[in-house]
Amino acid sequence: MTASPKERLVVIGNGMAGCRAVQEVLKRDPTRYEIAIFGAEPRVNYDRIMLSPVLAGEKSFADIVINDEAWYRDNGITLHAGRKVVGIDREAKLVRAEGGLEVAYDRLLLAMGSDPIRLPLPGAELTGVVTFRDLDDVEAMIAAVKPGARAVVIGGGLLGIEAAYGLARRGMGATVVHLMDVLMERQLDASAGFLLTQAMAERGVDTVLGANSEEILGQDGRVAGLKLKDGRVLPCDLLVMAVGIRPATTLAKAAGLEVGRGVMVDDAMRTSDPAIYAVGECVEHRGQVYGLVAPIWEMCKTLGQTLTGVASTYEGSVLSTRLKVSGVDVFSAGKFAGGEGCEDIIFRDAGRGVYKRIVLEGGKVAGAVLFGDAADGGWYFDLMRSGEPVGDIRETLVFGQAVTEGLRGLDPSAAVAAMADEAEICGCNGVCKGTITQAIADQGLTTLESVRAVTKASASCGSCTPLVEKILIASLGDAFQVQTGPKPVCSCTEKGHDEVRRRIVAEGLKTMPAVMQALEWRTPDGCASCRPALNYYLLCAWPGEYRDDKQSRFINERVHANIQKDGTYSVVPRMWGGMTTPNELRAIADVADKFKIPTVKVTGGQRIDLLGVKKDDLPAVWADLNAAGMVSGHAYAKGLRTVKTCVGSEWCRFGTQDSTGLGVQLEKIMWGSWSPAKVKLGVSGCPRNCAEATCKDIGVVCVDSGYEIHIGGAAGLHIQGTELLTKVATEEEAIWAICAVMQLYRENGWYLERIYKWMARVGLESIRTEIENPNRRRQLYDLFAYSQRFSRIDPWAERVAGRHADEFNPLSRRMEFAPA
Amino acid sequence: MNALVTDLTDWIDVGAVTDVPLRGARRVPTPTGDVAVFRTGDNQVYALRDRCPHKDGPLSQGIVHGRAVTCPLHAWNIDLASGEPMGADAGKGCTPVVPLQIRDGRILLGQA
Repeated sequence: MTASPKERLVVIGNGMAGCRAVQEVLKRDPTRYEIAIFGAEPRVNYDRIMLSPVLAGEKSFADIVINDEAWYRDNGITLHAGRKVVGIDREAKLVRAEGGLEVAYDRLLLAMGSDPIRLPLPGAELTGVVTFRDLDDVEAMIAAVKPGARAVVIGGGLLGIEAAYGLARRGMGATVVHLMDVLMERQLDASAGFLLTQAMAERGVDTVLGANSEEILGQDGRVAGLKLKDGRVLPCDLLVMAVGIRPATTLAKAAGLEVGRGVMVDDAMRTSDPAIYAVGECVEHRGQVYGLVAPIWEMCKTLGQTLTGVASTYEGSVLSTRLKVSGVDVFSAGKFAGGEGCEDIIFRDAGRGVYKRIVLEGGKVAGAVLFGDAADGGWYFDLMRSGEPVGDIRETLVFGQAVTEGLRGLDPSAAVAAMADEAEICGCNGVCKGTITQAIADQGLTTLESVRAVTKASASCGSCTPLVEKILIASLGDAFQVQTGPKPVCSCTEKGHDEVRRRIVAEGLKTMPAVMQALEWRTPDGCASCRPALNYYLLCAWPGEYRDDKQSRFINERVHANIQKDGTYSVVPRMWGGMTTPNELRAIADVADKFKIPTVKVTGGQRIDLLGVKKDDLPAVWADLNAAGMVSGHAYAKGLRTVKTCVGSEWCRFGTQDSTGLGVQLEKIMWGSWSPAKVKLGVSGCPRNCAEATCKDIGVVCVDSGYEIHIGGAAGLHIQGTELLTKVATEEEAIWAICAVMQLYRENGWYLERIYKWMARVGLESIRTEIENPNRRRQLYDLFAYSQRFSRIDPWAERVAGRHADEFNPLSRRMEFAPA
Repeated sequence: MNALVTDLTDWIDVGAVTDVPLRGARRVPTPTGDVAVFRTGDNQVYALRDRCPHKDGPLSQGIVHGRAVTCPLHAWNIDLASGEPMGADAGKGCTPVVPLQIRDGRILLGQA
């Protein structure tokens, strides 16, 4: 077989631009090039703009990896990570790297990015003076965190503020020193800058404005402080320079390419050598140098087309900025500060700390700065880029899209219809409007579910669901309207959860095929969404009668452990009410040693997590834990998880009741129960609420006169405090009420619907009415108690005894070793 | 199958069809990683490398429905016959298919 040799594409730069460019090429022609990438950092490609959340401890490195090793492997890309390129030989068409490696190219792409600017201050060479550019910098900063340590950040731009915030989050005292009088003056006007200064102060970051740095002071070779021109000295143990970036052009210059502030490129992203291209922060295009991600994406798109033989031009980018500081919502775009010929529309809400300024020029949006509520940033940005006249919506413009469209002729779809095809609808999955409308047209989609399945729009966090629905309405008109009604369980049916649950009981449907037949399922055996739901509904409706279908359980519930990213599992034994004993701890330690379990971690639910257990080892691990008296903690279950407690009246000088004892009792009664989604309990011994009961699904707050029972807390994707359901006088009544509300939820909740969502759907009052009616409460309690007769069985012990042994053994070991 | 081509594959008996649960899967370890053997609700058997094209998730641990499996890590749906992702993830890589024969109720995997 002969194959024509592929063209060789060599990329210098394994960062956001380099890898995105390669993706854009592969997307259009996956086989055209043999690709090699050089990266100065010894790691795979990651999302540099997310380094700030890593610094703040809100994300891990793994969270921000864009392309892992598999991506390079699967696409046949050679990655030279940690290999610095030292020269380009344009005549021989060769790239030279450290260690004498030479790689020939047919086309070369420069994506070296930029270097952080280091101010030439006296003392800049001291240990503890760092920049904020890559993961090494972040690690150096995190290493400097210790109790009482202080950091000074020079530079009050986007990066400097994110750095200071991250360090403050990690427990350091942090001060931003800024030359200008306004923080982020290139993106914010004075009013927003002021609000930002305040918001940072609330987050432990001090700001010194109008400050000129003079000298970095040191002690024993380490940084000790920053001296300002006005004589002030700010003591510190870490000094971060975040004063800007400079395009990395050394290689290009040495190779004789045309270089201005950056590597000069034309509209096709070509440098002065037609075989060499450049994208990203290292380039200068039409006199502009960019340091934000959106323009880089646009450049890479053009480059992807150029390199696959499609004529394309990049015409420069309009910029917008968002700050990544938790709880500080800031957006800015265009001529945010106004200017000659501009008009402003300003809205302020002091109570909420909101400031919005929309700048109009010639009847169109020319810029915007939003502080405290930036949800409409994307909308203003779209209006700005489209250049649509906004005269007729001027009165409501500042109140945002929802208000404006609500008032615009009662047709909320009009604005969606007017959106550009490139407008991004789903931020999680990067789906734009055009992709959705095309999928609707090409594949005849008529439901939200089908759009989700085909495009992934609104399939992750769901916050864009209303927008996707509007697009459906705009595309289909009445054809979509008839589809509305209850949310279908999944794309296998148009029936909603309520109807399915009601008919299972009313029609006595007791097996999954019976349900699918009676309710006219459109698929032969359901899918990964409806099967677990139906399995639960049947189990809940027919306790002791329905036989659990393990093939309809998600893996974690099938093997009673939590699958991890590498295919190993984590094991969490139950610790009743968070109580443990020296014996249990010894047994856990022995298991960890015996099975070489790499990670042992304390969970948020007052238990211990053993991470990295091989599947084949699970039964043996459980056997040892069982031998010490421990059972499954169901840390993997849509069911009762933990009951978190404080020490209560037994030890605490403030405790009003025995919260620990009540927690242990509740857990012993309720463990093993399945429910629509996970259920976490908390029991606090007094209103100081050390067990954090008021953000749990069900929480008890003990008071002198009895027990307050709360429900509907959440502290995950969504954060919300509980609502008070009822108050009772005795421990016994507390247990009755809690079991009753659990049963009500078990019978009425939709699969995967947490209690807080269920409560929002049916209303707290309707739940309270049932629980406060003594007869109904008794009935619910009895139903729960009956169902628990079949549930309070340790699944680990069953499997140690041999149940589902096949699940844990390979089918065959005959292929384990290579043939001799 | 082209009958004129001599079959040079080594076929290894890894067990009975009924050893794999309906709408389920089993693993077969090999020196180059696990193979996942699936059995669908209508009793068809398929074999793929036990690795999702997305993030290497073990497909043998997923839920089997129709002629597809849902990866346990991020819920990609993979076609059991072709190894290709379905729906919104179509075209994003492919899980290699492992040669398989059923003879007298036994599952034979090809060792290429």
